[in-house]
Amino acid sequence: MADLISILPQQLVFGLALGTVYGLIALGYTMVYGVLQMINFAHGEVFMIGAYIGWSVFAVLIDWSVGGLHPLWVLPVLLAPAMLLCGGLGMTLERLAYRPLYMRGATRLGPLISAVGASIFLQNFVMLTQGARMKVYMTNLVFPRTWRFNIFGVNVSALVIVIVVVSLLLMWGLVALIQRTSLGRAIRAVSEDREMATAVGIDANRVVGLTFFLGSALAGAAGVLVGLYYTQIDFVMGYSAGLKAFTAAVLGGIGNIKGAMLGGLLLGVIESLASTFINPAFKDVVAFAVLILTLVFKPEGILGEKLADWKKI
Amino acid sequence: MIGEWLNRYGLFVLLAGAVVAPLLAPNDYVVGVLARICLYSLLALGLNIVVGFAGLLDIGYVAFFGIGSYAYAFLASPHFGLHLPFVLAMVIVTLASATSGILIGAPTLRLRGDYLAIVTLGFGEITYISLVNLDRPINITGGPSGLISIDPPSFFGYVIERNIEYYYLFLLTLGAVVLASVRLRDSRVGWAWQAIREDELAAEAMGVNTTVAKLQAFAIGASIAGFAGGLLASWQRSVFPDNFLFQESINILAMVILGGMGNVLGVILGAIVVVALPEIFRDLALYRLLAFGAMLMVLMIFRPQGLLPARPAAEREIAEESTAPTAQPKGAPKT
Repeated sequence: MADLISILPQQLVFGLALGTVYGLIALGYTMVYGVLQMINFAHGEVFMIGAYIGWSVFAVLIDWSVGGLHPLWVLPVLLAPAMLLCGGLGMTLERLAYRPLYMRGATRLGPLISAVGASIFLQNFVMLTQGARMKVYMTNLVFPRTWRFNIFGVNVSALVIVIVVVSLLLMWGLVALIQRTSLGRAIRAVSEDREMATAVGIDANRVVGLTFFLGSALAGAAGVLVGLYYTQIDFVMGYSAGLKAFTAAVLGGIGNIKGAMLGGLLLGVIESLASTFINPAFKDVVAFAVLILTLVFKPEGILGEKLADWKKI
Repeated sequence: MIGEWLNRYGLFVLLAGAVVAPLLAPNDYVVGVLARICLYSLLALGLNIVVGFAGLLDIGYVAFFGIGSYAYAFLASPHFGLHLPFVLAMVIVTLASATSGILIGAPTLRLRGDYLAIVTLGFGEITYISLVNLDRPINITGGPSGLISIDPPSFFGYVIERNIEYYYLFLLTLGAVVLASVRLRDSRVGWAWQAIREDELAAEAMGVNTTVAKLQAFAIGASIAGFAGGLLASWQRSVFPDNFLFQESINILAMVILGGMGNVLGVILGAIVVVALPEIFRDLALYRLLAFGAMLMVLMIFRPQGLLPARPAAEREIAEESTAPTAQPKGAPKT
């Protein structure tokens, strides 16, 4: 037991890093659910493709590098294309696989199956074009293992700090965008009442498309961060990450941006605690059990599900 | 109308075809695929009761399939040294699955649509992880390598061994489940399910006991999946956790939605499409799942209500009572 207590702070830091990344992916689920009341099953695949884009750019950088790779410029160079391309992919998915169904008045399950189809398609597309073998991020070249800090007696690697800071910055950016810009106002309007929003001159289709762009861009960024952290990526990584992130979104209250962040953090910490104190093999069982209990006793999630209340956070 | 004709006579045509199909099959492999279609049709019909009739979105349905399989393996294999007779084992398997359906159904009654979906998903994952990991400290499930040497089905000393015999056993079960589905749909509880699906609040206001009706849907759906699970275990003579991945839940859901939720014949067509398509695409080898994913999207875009959408009960009755085609209401509300 004493051993467990001594590694606890370490595990908590690990859970925190994992949790912020879950939160980033969860935001995409929550925003799409807010405007369309739909579970975007292909979101995990967008995350996975973000990781592959980051890996490809990284490989090019390593080939070209002359004066060494400094994280200050490498990180933005990895993140920017992953976010832009994933955002574009999200918009394309919405345009091709989901919007035609809404236009034809499908029931709510139709888009779900279409999303499942998209997810299977994207997974296999990546497997066929990139191969089934794992890809390795050469994280060491940018963040050497020796870069560690001692914070209150806990040994934290520089990479973990960067991941948490970048995630929080992106979340802060999203909140600012939702609260302060006209696009943010339009997104809130569409999620509150699509018909009314249309009636006052908002192009709801455009807003939904842009919501997909924002959520998918965050997932792309999360893909790069996870790639850097775990250093190994493969074409099925989107499945479990997507499942966890969706769990996080529901845990916090789906449609609620603050809820997605909180849910992500909670899930990350719960998982690391469960693997410390119970058994690593059962960490997912604990995570899902917590989710089920939360929903049974508080079906709307911890913070409630009102997307329109974003202005209050 | 082809759809009209299919809805009326399709089941009989399909049944007649199903009886002779294995005799025309070129080899044993095809018979195996046909048997698998029957098994998955069973699962799809079971899920159709939960999702199609009662409108309760269950995306962890394969858990009940797994529970049934393992229950049968526990009762009829050397693992625990039990060798119960097939019929008795299947009765226990069905009851155990129904119980698990009620256990997962009861706490989730208050949840609506997507939350229910995510709870069932969590339940499915928990079941899978438990199957993989419950081999230590006491070996219950056999872990990732599963359980082997499971007893084949036997009836009064006659042991079933060949694929074609399994096929007819599955087909017989399928016939019974089809009959039960149709009868249930038009029964009192079936009407209660459909009322809940359309508008739960209104159903409750009209005096439907939604708690009981939902639990019945869960229990019946789960027992069908459990029964199918028992059949799978006795056919494969072994069970592995990887038979019950999340992907399988999605496949079964795809059969139901692709075929047309709530429509018995449609759901069977959905099962045929989902099981047979990858077999047909086998020549594409690596590309077959890519093609399958694309097909799912294209089919949903062009037939968002499924291949054979269910008709509302009222319309069905009118169509049956009157022979004049003009009496059939056109443009009925979507279900």
